[in-house]
Amino acid sequence: MRKIAVVISILWLLPLAAFASGSEMKLDRAPIDSSDKLSLQRGAQVFVNYCMTCHSAEYMRYNRLRDLGLTENQIKDNLIFTGQKVGELMTVSMKKKEAKQWFGVAPPDLSVIARSRGPDWLYTYLRKFYRDESTATGWNNLLFDKVAMPHVLYELQGEQAVAVSMVDDGHGGKHELKELKLDKPGALSKLEYDKYVADLVNFLVYLGEPAATKRVQVGIIVMLFLFFMLGLTYALKREYWKDIH
Amino acid sequence: MSKRLESMLEWVDTRFPLTSTWKYHLAEYYAPKNFNFWYYFGSLAMLVLVNQLLTGIFLTMNYKPDASMAFASVEYIMRDVDFGWLIRYMHSTGASMFFVVVYLHMFRGMMYGSYRKPRELLWLIGMGIFFVLMMLAFTGYILPWGQMSYWGAQVIVSMVGAIPLIGQTLSNWILGDFMLSDAALNRFFAYHVVTLPVLLITLVFVHIVALHEVGSNNPDGIEIKKNKDPVTHIPVDGIPFHPYYTVKDIFGVVGFLIVFCGIIFFMPEMGGYFLEYNNFIPANTLQTPDHIAPVWYFTPYYSMLRAVTVNFFWVDAKIWGIILMGGSVAIFALLPWLDRSPVKSIRYKGPYFKTALTLFVISVLILGWLGTKSPTPLYTLLAQIFTVIYFAFFILMPWYSKIDKTKPEPTRVTE
Repeated sequence: MRKIAVVISILWLLPLAAFASGSEMKLDRAPIDSSDKLSLQRGAQVFVNYCMTCHSAEYMRYNRLRDLGLTENQIKDNLIFTGQKVGELMTVSMKKKEAKQWFGVAPPDLSVIARSRGPDWLYTYLRKFYRDESTATGWNNLLFDKVAMPHVLYELQGEQAVAVSMVDDGHGGKHELKELKLDKPGALSKLEYDKYVADLVNFLVYLGEPAATKRVQVGIIVMLFLFFMLGLTYALKREYWKDIH
Repeated sequence: MSKRLESMLEWVDTRFPLTSTWKYHLAEYYAPKNFNFWYYFGSLAMLVLVNQLLTGIFLTMNYKPDASMAFASVEYIMRDVDFGWLIRYMHSTGASMFFVVVYLHMFRGMMYGSYRKPRELLWLIGMGIFFVLMMLAFTGYILPWGQMSYWGAQVIVSMVGAIPLIGQTLSNWILGDFMLSDAALNRFFAYHVVTLPVLLITLVFVHIVALHEVGSNNPDGIEIKKNKDPVTHIPVDGIPFHPYYTVKDIFGVVGFLIVFCGIIFFMPEMGGYFLEYNNFIPANTLQTPDHIAPVWYFTPYYSMLRAVTVNFFWVDAKIWGIILMGGSVAIFALLPWLDRSPVKSIRYKGPYFKTALTLFVISVLILGWLGTKSPTPLYTLLAQIFTVIYFAFFILMPWYSKIDKTKPEPTRVTE
């Protein structure tokens, strides 16, 4: 009876262990560290310099970036280009309606993009742009086919081209393999560019849930307290139940 | 107790049944002394209920039930409200844990025959609670107004629209619009924070009143009231709920909180099962997501909804799916009359029941897993097979529970 109970209670949790289905392309693991403040600061800089030309982070306030170890003055001087006040939301002046006319789709707000896409997707996506003359922007993306966004960081990464080859799929058939190769080098080496993107992704993850660090800190204290209480309440229960069994 | 306090209590007692209520429901409510692990989940459900009510109040203070502001207001809670992230995660994790606890509570009832005479009504009230809980979960999941909120609700709403003749009119009446929109968000908010919680609290109260009238069942499935002390008229196998089960349940509460807080603080999305990744994309009425999956606690029913693929008797497959899904929940209410076994508890039931219950649990789990997946021909076939097993557990119960080889029940509780 007890065994059945244990088996069933484990079985209950089984669906939770199954992973949600991902995209077909294998994602590269984003080498990020949320405790690396310098990386986060660099990421914030990339974000306001490049992403915020079109994308907003309209649920986030500039002065929250103090989490990254910056002072309000540092934020004002280095990260705000719009003349906004430091307590304001990180919005952009581009109108959604006009953006839609220009790109076919309005650039999505990036406040919680890391929570819907995940860091690995973002890390892969930002490194998989290639030249494609058939699209409106002249750019395409291996992970997100026919994406409306042009390759904003091409001066840094350089221009990649796609090479298609046929490879054995291991079951006697063949399938198409698309690979990217660097055509025109950019200002950064491959290693430097990967690092650059990793900093940005690190920042996007922070941006998705600024309270995450505090959440874990509070959590550790709460858990320590609860384990202490577990012992205490167990002792109390035993004391009361001494005369029952 | 001091004289002064005593006289104050007396003053109250002549005007309100304070001491007698305390005695009836706690100090002199005799519960069987052999409760095991499975008996924690009733009190834990109450704990989660209180958690949902309290955190819900604080969320309501900052949430905006407006289609153009709802998503942003949730992020405002997550970022700008002091400890808003904690309140929100307590509420979202609480919703899922409510179902974990209630499912285990129901499973306990199925194992030990807690639905059998004289507890049929208690079971039915519990079914009412379960139904209201599902409505609460549904209306609550719409509120953040993310893609899954919107399109998940769209799936449910389209079921109303599929009802022959009156479907479309009924759907318009429920939504207050021709489609899921701000009007619906407003009224679902009203249901979620007023109507349904009031109903839930009332039903929980009635559930406990009914329980304390008939007395608790126990893992042996025997009535402790049949064996009372001749002098005191207290069941010999009963112990006062307070202090014995209050201290035991406090221990259970702490154990539960370790799991609960572990999720809140270290994995609030629970790998996309408690908070779906796609629900961090604001609702877009023009863009249907590739894959619409309900939250985990609804996935077994969702599987059954999708399992019917052919039209039987000129009735559309979709309608059958809806009937099957509704039936899969409603059929629990018939359990007290489907079980014909001479014993209540699984401890004394025979191999047929044990096999049937195991198969039932396996099919619920597999259906639940299938509900998170996009349908493929293989998955649909599996969903059909396990839907049949799910219903066979109930429909064949009068037969297999009757002919099963049972063991004799003891006269006193064991352990």
